[in-house]
Amino acid sequence: MPGCGRAWKFGDDINTDYIIAGKYKLSITDIDELSKHAMEAIMPDFSEKVKRGDFIVAGRNFGCGSSREQAPLVLKRLGIAAVIARSFARIFYRNAVNIGLPVVECEDADEIQQGDMLEVDLQKGYVKNVTQGKVYKIKPLPSDLWEILAEGGLVNYVKKHGKLPWQ
Amino acid sequence: MGKTISEKILSHASGRDVYAGDIVVASIDAAMMHDGMGQLVMDAFREMGGKSLWDATRVAVVIDHVAPSAYESFSKVHKAMREFAFKHNTRFYEVGSGVCHQLMIESGLVFPGGLVVGSDSHTCTYGALGAFATGIGSTEMAAVFLSGKLWFKVPETIKITVQGELPPMIFPKDVILKIVGTVKADGATYKAIEFGGSTIEAMNVEGRLTLTNMAVEMGAKTGMIEPDEKTYAFLKALGHEPKKGFKSDEDAEFCESLKFDVSNLEPQVACPHAVDNVKPVKSVEGKEIDQVFLGSCTNGRLYDLRVAAEILKGRHVKRGVRVIVTPASRRVYREALKEGLIEIFLDSGCAVCNPGCGPCAGGHQGILAPGERCVSTSNRNFKARMGSSEAEIYLVSPATAAASAITGEITDPRRFLKGG
Repeated sequence: MPGCGRAWKFGDDINTDYIIAGKYKLSITDIDELSKHAMEAIMPDFSEKVKRGDFIVAGRNFGCGSSREQAPLVLKRLGIAAVIARSFARIFYRNAVNIGLPVVECEDADEIQQGDMLEVDLQKGYVKNVTQGKVYKIKPLPSDLWEILAEGGLVNYVKKHGKLPWQ
Repeated sequence: MGKTISEKILSHASGRDVYAGDIVVASIDAAMMHDGMGQLVMDAFREMGGKSLWDATRVAVVIDHVAPSAYESFSKVHKAMREFAFKHNTRFYEVGSGVCHQLMIESGLVFPGGLVVGSDSHTCTYGALGAFATGIGSTEMAAVFLSGKLWFKVPETIKITVQGELPPMIFPKDVILKIVGTVKADGATYKAIEFGGSTIEAMNVEGRLTLTNMAVEMGAKTGMIEPDEKTYAFLKALGHEPKKGFKSDEDAEFCESLKFDVSNLEPQVACPHAVDNVKPVKSVEGKEIDQVFLGSCTNGRLYDLRVAAEILKGRHVKRGVRVIVTPASRRVYREALKEGLIEIFLDSGCAVCNPGCGPCAGGHQGILAPGERCVSTSNRNFKARMGSSEAEIYLVSPATAAASAITGEITDPRRFLKGG
């Protein structure tokens, strides 16, 4: 679960082709190799500069576009601790939870600046902006999804419980 | 209290009386996976301990995104998918069969009132047949393969009423682009859209599929159209005996109601780099182009090919422009051959490729170079989607695509009106 890290700031409507473009998704099957191209179209050096435990911060409709699960997968593989956005596209949101990448809905995400040091506590339900000295509320994850996320995703959930959450 | 189509289908599929906002576990009528996510689905299925599918007769495995394979990496994916499909005895669609959504529509797996999931966001297309259909990720697809069930939040529904007779050279693609440009990319997030009104009633099913295909470009979970006689006739013509679907009740609750009058609609274009960046074609007319793509799950059906062929007949593609025509399925390809459409495309200088996704997702063909501009009948124009991040994609109707192919610049197709 997330702790402290830097913010990487993006805008509204960040689509899945920006997160990982089709030309890579449809030619590279190794997720490590694929993750080198994350966010390439809009921030070419993102994968080199991002550090484990950092956060992606965005505006509205993060992850719109395709259902490619490679999108949350490459972010997780790069060590992104959580994606914090004003809102998410629905398939990306479900996919992220299902692979164990925390997604945080935060109305005040626009206040966060590139490079701000953040501290996120999902259970207590806040994002603390250490740089700006502010604390933002987050929308709690529905309990059913929290159970999946807390186990590190749906595959891990099944491995641990021997069944799907709805079985 | 009355129900929307979505509420009725999810009530039926969950065996409970549910309304928007309720969370249900529902039985899936059909599931589709394609090669864009096949490996991830199969990996997750194996890791979850999957031995057999809940019902192989309801599962379709499709090779369409990189078809034929352009890379050894994807040849391995395809090989594994074939083995998976044959081992479990699912329906299997080999390279050249078509784009997954068209195949699902033709397959009989999709029917009015059914609940269908696919490992692709444009699964919402099937709503034009009165099904509740939505895109899911690979892990959830593996879970569906295991259990035949999935959880859903019953969506609220936006009612979009479209009225008026479409003017000459204005097509369903222009209608949906106008709607996306108005509703915007996140205007329907988590919601279902139900399209209705006199324009939709008059529209053929192929055109309706173009509308629902792009519901996800507004963030919608699905796009629906009430099944009518045209829907049932369409399915019967494909050799199916369709089940009777659902209609929204008179007193069903819609969260929003939007009205569009299309009787004076002009040709529309979604400009780079967002699908909701929609303008009249005339505002960007004259921009030189390098590539035209006619095809995709949005506009690769027979109706679309007819419209383009009528404009291209007896004319030639502009020197320096390449035109890639990709029929949506083998059935479409065969019909287009019979009607002489393929001959028109060949005579005018188009490259006719095998059925599949074609260049739409940037997989294996029609990749754009830096500085190039593409006019496409597909559904997404995101930066870098079809190749270079310095290329531009303009989304248009098949008519605008054909007109632009002839002139070599973005062109209002009304210039090619007969007698015009």
